[in-house]
Amino acid sequence: MRALYSVAAFFCGLVFGIGLLVAGMANPAKILAFLDLAGRWDPSLALVMAGAIAVGALGFSVAKRRQRALLGTPMDLPTVRTIDRPLVFGSLAFGVGWGLSGFCPGPALLAAGAGYGKALVFCVFMVVGMSVHRIVERRRTALAA
Amino acid sequence: MDIDWTNFTPWHALAGGALIGLAASALALLNGRIAGISGILAGALAPRPGDTAWRYAFLFGMMIAPALYAAFTGGAPTIEIDADFPALAIAGLLVGLGTRYGCGCTSGHGVCGLSRLSPRSLVATLCFMATGFATVFLARHVLGG
Repeated sequence: MRALYSVAAFFCGLVFGIGLLVAGMANPAKILAFLDLAGRWDPSLALVMAGAIAVGALGFSVAKRRQRALLGTPMDLPTVRTIDRPLVFGSLAFGVGWGLSGFCPGPALLAAGAGYGKALVFCVFMVVGMSVHRIVERRRTALAA
Repeated sequence: MDIDWTNFTPWHALAGGALIGLAASALALLNGRIAGISGILAGALAPRPGDTAWRYAFLFGMMIAPALYAAFTGGAPTIEIDADFPALAIAGLLVGLGTRYGCGCTSGHGVCGLSRLSPRSLVATLCFMATGFATVFLARHVLGG
């Protein structure tokens, strides 16, 4: 079952990546053309979201009602509902990085996988940022305890 | 508003988006997990027993998508990275930190969260979209030329 769990994840990742490529979303220039409302605007990303949410809403409406996943493990979907400062400020900071580069995590990893050195640099610093968060938060919980 | 009709790719955007939604739905239904790339990556970096292999499998599948895409279409996907190295480093840090404090990125909040009608994800998506638009506006129309 565990092996099947990883095999399923592999194919989900593959389809996800193909989707990004078909949509043109692996190309930072296209992302930036969407974010540039005042320039020559490329609305493509809005339709990518629309297509993804239309299909996703169907899938999640079924998934939400299940106690267990089809492969047998308990459902592990988010349950937190509070809108707090880390959510807001973290997302605001993420948007700045997205706008500076045209990269969000998925396309950056994909471009790194395609062999783009600049994407690899982005990913290395993204991992550093994630690690800083982990270390800071671990220290905070240790101090609070 | 000046729409860039030559680069606007509505059908590819919708089709790619649908594939992304399909992959996210499949991961939720089969594995009971959220296809949020920043979350999957962060969990892979801080391994917990029994919760790691599927993450690497998903990321590996996503990262080999360009090779598969090239094999089928006969051409490499278009990936244009205009940002210079310092900008990519800063952006990577902001994306890494921001997506951890904000608990998600374009996929986790923008696709999965909005598909689940999560208010948290709606707030997060509005936040990173807002600073994404603002950053590109500042970089291209105020500071840059």
